[in-house]
Amino acid sequence: MTDQVVAGVPRRESSLLRTVRGLALIRESAVGMIGLSLVLFWVLVAIFAPLLAPFPPNQTGLPLSPPGAVGLEGNVYWLGTDQLGRDTLSRIIYGSRQVLLYAPLATLCAYLVGIPMGLAAGYRRGLTDDILSFISNVILSFPVLVLYIIIIATIGASGSNIVIAVTFASAPGIMRIVRGLVLDLRNREYVFAAETRGESPWRIMLVEILPNARGPLIVDACLRLGYVVITIGTLGFLGLGLPPPDPDWGGMVSELRSFAIINPLLAVFPCIAISSLVLGFNLLADGLREVSLRD
Amino acid sequence: MLIFMFRRFGTMVLTMVVVSILVFLLLEINVESVAIKVLGPYTSVEQRNLWLERNGYFDPAILRYLRWLGNFVIGDFGSSVRFKVPVSDVLWPRLANTGILGGIALFLASLIGLTLGVIAGMREGGPRDRGVSVSAILTTSVPEFASATFLLSFFVFHLGWLPGTSGMADGFDLRQLVLPVMVLVIYDWGYIARMTRASMAEVMTTHYIRTAVLKGLPYGQVIRRHAMRNALIAPFTVIMLQINWLLSGVIVVEVAFGYKGFGALLYEASLNQDIYLIEACAMVAVFVAVMTQTLADVGYTYLNPRIRFS
Amino acid sequence: MGSQDHSYDGPILECRDLCISYFTRAGEIPAVIDFNMTLNQGGSIGLVGESGCGKSTVAMAIMRYLGGNGAIVRGQVLYKGRDMASLSEEELRQLRGNEIAMVYQEPMAALNPSMTLGRQLMEVPLCHEKISEAEARKRAMQILADVNLPDPERVMAAYPHQISGGQQQRVVIAMALLSNPSLLLLDEPTTALDVTVEAGIIELIGQIAKKFSTSMVYISHNLGLILETCDRVNVMYSGVVVESGTVTEVFDQMRHPYTKGLFGCIPLPGADKSARPLVPIRGQLPLPHQRPPGCYFAPRCDFFKQGLCDLEDLHMTSVPNQPGHDVRCRRWQEIDWSTYKPVGVGVGEVQAGEVVLSLNKMKKYYEITDNSIAAMIRGKRVRYVKANESISLEARASETVAIVGESGCGKSTFAKVLMGLETATDGEVMFNGKDISQEQVQKRSADQVGSMQMIFQNPFDTLNPSHSVGSQLARVIRKFGVETDGDKIEQRVMELLDLVKLPRDFARRRPRQLSGGQKQRVGIARAFAGNPSTVVADEPVSALDVSVQAAVTGLLMDIQKTYRTTLIFISHDLSLVRYLADRVVVMYLGRIVEQGTTDEVFAPPYHPYTEALLSAVPIADTSVERTRIILEGNLPSVTNPPSGCVFNTRCQRKIGAICETEVPPIFEPSEGHRIACHLSREEMLAMKPVISLAATPESPAAE
Ligand code: SF4
Ligand code: SF4
Repeated sequence: MTDQVVAGVPRRESSLLRTVRGLALIRESAVGMIGLSLVLFWVLVAIFAPLLAPFPPNQTGLPLSPPGAVGLEGNVYWLGTDQLGRDTLSRIIYGSRQVLLYAPLATLCAYLVGIPMGLAAGYRRGLTDDILSFISNVILSFPVLVLYIIIIATIGASGSNIVIAVTFASAPGIMRIVRGLVLDLRNREYVFAAETRGESPWRIMLVEILPNARGPLIVDACLRLGYVVITIGTLGFLGLGLPPPDPDWGGMVSELRSFAIINPLLAVFPCIAISSLVLGFNLLADGLREVSLRD
Repeated sequence: MLIFMFRRFGTMVLTMVVVSILVFLLLEINVESVAIKVLGPYTSVEQRNLWLERNGYFDPAILRYLRWLGNFVIGDFGSSVRFKVPVSDVLWPRLANTGILGGIALFLASLIGLTLGVIAGMREGGPRDRGVSVSAILTTSVPEFASATFLLSFFVFHLGWLPGTSGMADGFDLRQLVLPVMVLVIYDWGYIARMTRASMAEVMTTHYIRTAVLKGLPYGQVIRRHAMRNALIAPFTVIMLQINWLLSGVIVVEVAFGYKGFGALLYEASLNQDIYLIEACAMVAVFVAVMTQTLADVGYTYLNPRIRFS
Repeated sequence: MGSQDHSYDGPILECRDLCISYFTRAGEIPAVIDFNMTLNQGGSIGLVGESGCGKSTVAMAIMRYLGGNGAIVRGQVLYKGRDMASLSEEELRQLRGNEIAMVYQEPMAALNPSMTLGRQLMEVPLCHEKISEAEARKRAMQILADVNLPDPERVMAAYPHQISGGQQQRVVIAMALLSNPSLLLLDEPTTALDVTVEAGIIELIGQIAKKFSTSMVYISHNLGLILETCDRVNVMYSGVVVESGTVTEVFDQMRHPYTKGLFGCIPLPGADKSARPLVPIRGQLPLPHQRPPGCYFAPRCDFFKQGLCDLEDLHMTSVPNQPGHDVRCRRWQEIDWSTYKPVGVGVGEVQAGEVVLSLNKMKKYYEITDNSIAAMIRGKRVRYVKANESISLEARASETVAIVGESGCGKSTFAKVLMGLETATDGEVMFNGKDISQEQVQKRSADQVGSMQMIFQNPFDTLNPSHSVGSQLARVIRKFGVETDGDKIEQRVMELLDLVKLPRDFARRRPRQLSGGQKQRVGIARAFAGNPSTVVADEPVSALDVSVQAAVTGLLMDIQKTYRTTLIFISHDLSLVRYLADRVVVMYLGRIVEQGTTDEVFAPPYHPYTEALLSAVPIADTSVERTRIILEGNLPSVTNPPSGCVFNTRCQRKIGAICETEVPPIFEPSEGHRIACHLSREEMLAMKPVISLAATPESPAAE
C-alpha cells in the first residue's frame, strides 16, 4: 500500500487516531478508570524505580526485619526485609520493572505469531485452517503450567526463555480468537467488494478485516497481559522464573513464605503487588469491553 | 451423531500421538542430555555412552520413538531417577490424591460460579450483576500462590484455625484440604461465573425470551425453562475445559501446601530433571485434558438440539 | 376460555395521547408522540410506516413490555376499558398470552431453539388454564391443524430449526391463538418470508380473523399487506400518526403529503410504468433527536410553508364528511393534488447496444460430502448441489436485465460466478468476447475486473467501517488504474460523490455517520469508479426504506443510462423489476423457468411459477384486481430438488406424471420469450392476466 497522503482524503493514520480516541472513551467507565490507574501506577513505579526505592534492590541489611523496623543506618524498612536483609519495598519497586518488561514483551510476541495464524486460518479456511487449528489444539491441550514446566525444564530459566514459552503457549489461544472474528468478518459485503476488485488475500486480511477486529483484540490483550503477569509470577514462585538475585515478585513470595512462622506478613506484600497489577489489567479490560459495547 | 463421536475420538488419539511426539522431541531427542539427566552430571563420557548403548539410545530416532510410545501404551513408564522405583508406582497414588483435591474444588467452583452467574445474568447491568462481576474480576486477579499466602497468614498464623501444610503425614485429614480447595475455588469460580453470566445475559436479550414472557409465563418459569436451558450449554463446555486450568492451579497449590499430589510430583520431577517422571506426568496430564475436552465436545453436541438433529 | 369479560362491549383497545420515550445516555428520546387509536371488537387496524417510525414500540407498549429503558411518559393504553399501567404484575401476566397475544417478525428467533415445539405450545394453556397435560396436548394438536400445518404429530416433536420459515411462523401464530385471545398483535409477521410463503400466511391471517373473530393490530411497512388484512389504517412518520382512517379513505383519498409520497414511492406491478412513474421522496427520515420543529415531515415536503409548518402544536384535524379520517398537516385543505405533478424516475426507452455478456448453458454445482452412515454404505458420499443449472442468457449494452426469484433460487451463486468469486462447473460465460467462466477474479486482468463491478445488498455491511468513504473510493480508483496521480484521484473521488448526489465533504466521513441510503449511494459510486461496462446489483435497495428506495433506484437508473452500462439487477421484488428492467429472467431452484422482455413476462402466457409469483405480490392499490394463487408446500431444498420439472411439487397447473419425470421443453410464444413448461400451446395461450385494473378505478373495495 502506498503511503502517499492524498489531500483531503484521510488515510490510515486517522484509523490509528480513531482507535486512540475510542480508547479514550474509557473515561466513561468507573471500573475501567480504576484499572487504568492501577496499571499506570505500576508503570510509573517501574519507570522511576531508582528515585522511589529507598535501597538498591540487592543491598543487604538486617535479615527478616518486621515492617517498619529501623535499619542500622537509621533507615526504615517499611515493608520489612528478607532472609538476606534486603529491603522488601525496594525489591517490590524494582521487581515491577521485570514484570512490566517481560509481560508486555511476551504478550506482544504471542500476538505477532497468533494474529497471522488466525487471519490465515479464518480467511483461507480449508486445509490451512485444519492444520493450524490442529496445531493449536495440540498445544492448548496441555495444561498451561505443565507446558511451561516442560519448556523451561528443557530450555532453562531466563527472561528470553520466558518470552519464548509464553509466545508458544499463548499464540494458539490468540489464533483461535482471531480466527473466530475473521470467520465472522469475512462474510461482510465490503470483503466481497474487495474480492471482486481482485485485491490480494493478505491485503484483504490486513486492511479490510483486521482493523475491524481491533476492539475485541484490545480487550483480549488486556486480559492476556494480566494472565501473563500471573504466569511470570507463578513461574517465579516455583523457582522457574528469572534467575536470582534480581528481584522477581513470585520468587520473593516463595522465599519469604519459608519465614512465615517468624512473620507471616512479610510474604503478603509482594502478593499484594502482583494482585493489584493483574487486577488493573482485568478491570481495564472490563471497562474497555463495557464502553465498546455501548455503540 | 455416532460418526461425530468416532471422529472426535479419532482426533483425540491423533492429538495424543502428536503430543507424544512433541514431548519426545523436547525431552529425549538429545541423547547426551538424557544420559546426563539419568546418570547424573558427574559421570564420565564412557559410562554414559555405555549406558546409552545398552538402552538402545543409538538407534534411529523413529525406532526409539516407537519403542518409547509402545512402552507408554502398555503402561511402562520407566523408572524414576529420584524415587528409584517404577514411575507408575509413584504416579497413580499421587494422581488419586489430586483427583480428590481437584474434584472437590471443581464441584464447589462450578456450584458457586453457575449460581452466581445465572443470578448476575438475569438482569444485565443491575446491582447484582455488577456485584458478581466485580468480585469475579477481583478474585481471578489474585494468582493462586498469592491467595495461598493470604489465606495462610490469615487462617493459619493470625487465627490459628487451620493447619498450614497439607502433607497428610498422619493419614487423611479433611482440615488439611480446606485451604488448598479454597485457593482453587477462589481462582476458578470467577471464570465460570463470568462465562455463565455472559451466556445468560445474552439469552435474556433473545426474542424467544420475549416470546416466553409475553406468553404470560411466570418469571420463574421463563428463567428456569427457557433461559437456563439455553444459557447453561456454553458454561458446560467451560467447566469441562476448566479441568485443564485446574491441573495448572493444582501444581501451585500442591507445592504451596506440600500436598502429596500429582502436581507436586511433576514439579519435583522437573526440579530434579527426573526425565521419565516428567514424561509420564506430562502425558498423563495431557491425556486427562484431552479426554475432558472430548467429553465437553460430545456433551455440547448432545445438549444442543440444533447440532444433535442435523 | 381465559377470564374474558363478556359483559364488556366497548372498544377492545384504546390508546389515548400515548407518548413513549426511551431513556439513553444521550437523554430522553421520544419514540412515539401523541398516539391515538381505538380498536373495536372484531376490528383490525394497520400501523404502517418506515423503520424507526415507532410502530413496533406501540405494540410493545400495548403489551407493557418496553424493556429497561423505555417508558410511557404520557397518556394511557386501555384494554377493555382498563388502564394497562394500573395492572399488577400478576394481572398483567394473566393478560399476556391469554387475552393479548403476539406474532413476531422473525419466527426462528421467536421460538426457543432447545425446546420442542409441542412443549412450547402446550405451555400456553398449561399456564393460563387449569388443564391436564393430555388436554393441553390435544389443544395444541388441534390448533396446529387449524393453521394448516400438515402432520401436527411430527411438528409437535420437532425443534424449531427442523421446520421451514413459513411453518415456523404458522407455529407462532398457532401459539398466539391457543388461548383464543381477544386481541392479536402482529408485528411484521411476513417480512422475513418469501413472497409465495407470505401469501399463504396472509391468507391464514384472514381466515383466523373470520373464524375466531379476533381483533387485530397489524404492523407492517408494506401498504399492500395492510390493504389485504385491515379495515382501518394509521400511517406513522417519525413517531407520530400523520393520517388515519379507513383503508379505502386513506388509500383512495389520502390527504397528507407523506401518505401521498409513500404511495408514489411504491412500485405497483399492475400499473403502466410510464403513466405512473416512481416518485421518490427527497431526503431521509430524521433521527429522533434531529426532528424539525412543527411538522416532522417538513424538510421533505413539497408544500412546506415557513411560518406555518414549523409552528409547534400540530394536531390531527378531521376530514369533513369522513368521520375518523384525520390528518396531521396544516395545509391539507389548501393542497390541490390535481395540479401536483412531481418529477418521477425517468423510464425513457433506451436503445440496447451490442451483446456484452452472454451465458451459454452455464452450470455451477457445489459438492457436498454426506457423512451419514447410510450414504457411506451406499457408497454415494458426494452429492451435488445444483446451484445453477444450464443458465443461458444475454445482456446488451445499456440494457437492464433483472434476475428474479425467491431465496435459494440461485441468484447469488449466479452473481458469484459472474464476478469470478467462483468458477463455473460447465458452460460458457462470454464477457466482452472472452470466456471468463473458468477465471477466478485474481486471474482476471485489472481491466476485466474493473469493467464488471458489483453493488451489494446490505447498506450496513457494504462499506468497511474502519476506513473513510473517500479512502475506500480512492482505493478502487487506484486499483483499477483509472488515475494514479494523487490529486487526480482526489478529483475523481469528488466527481463520483457528485455523481451519486452526495456532498463532497462526505469523503472525510466514516460509514458510521451515513444513513442507509447514503451508504448505498457510496456503494454505487464505488461500483462505477472503474468505469465498468457491466454492473451486477444484488438486491441493492431491498434493505432500504420505501421512501429512500425509489430515490436510490432512480439514481442507479440515471447513472446506468448516462454511461450505457449493462445492469444485471438481482431482485426478489417483481413490482420493482417491472419499473426498471428491459428484460426479466425468472429463476426457481437454480433453473431459469422463464425469460423475455418485461412486457412479455408480465403478461400471459406465463410460466406457472411466474403466475403464482405475480399473484402473490401484495398491491397497495384498491383499483387493482388480481387472481389469487396460493402455492402449496414449502420451497424444496436445493440439495434435493424435485425431478423433472423442479416446480412440480408446488405447481398449481401441474399436468401429471410427465412433470415429475421429464425436464420440460422450452415453449417460445414469441421470439426470445422462453418458458420451460410442459403445458400445451393452447393452455398457455388461454391464460388470463393475473393483475388487472378494476372497471371503475375510483370505486372503493375492489375485492
Ligand atoms: S404541515 Fe406543512 S410541511 Fe408538514 S406535511 Fe403539511 S404541508 Fe407539508
Ligand atoms: S412442467 Fe408441469 S409442473 Fe412444471 S410448471 Fe409446467 S405444468 Fe407445472
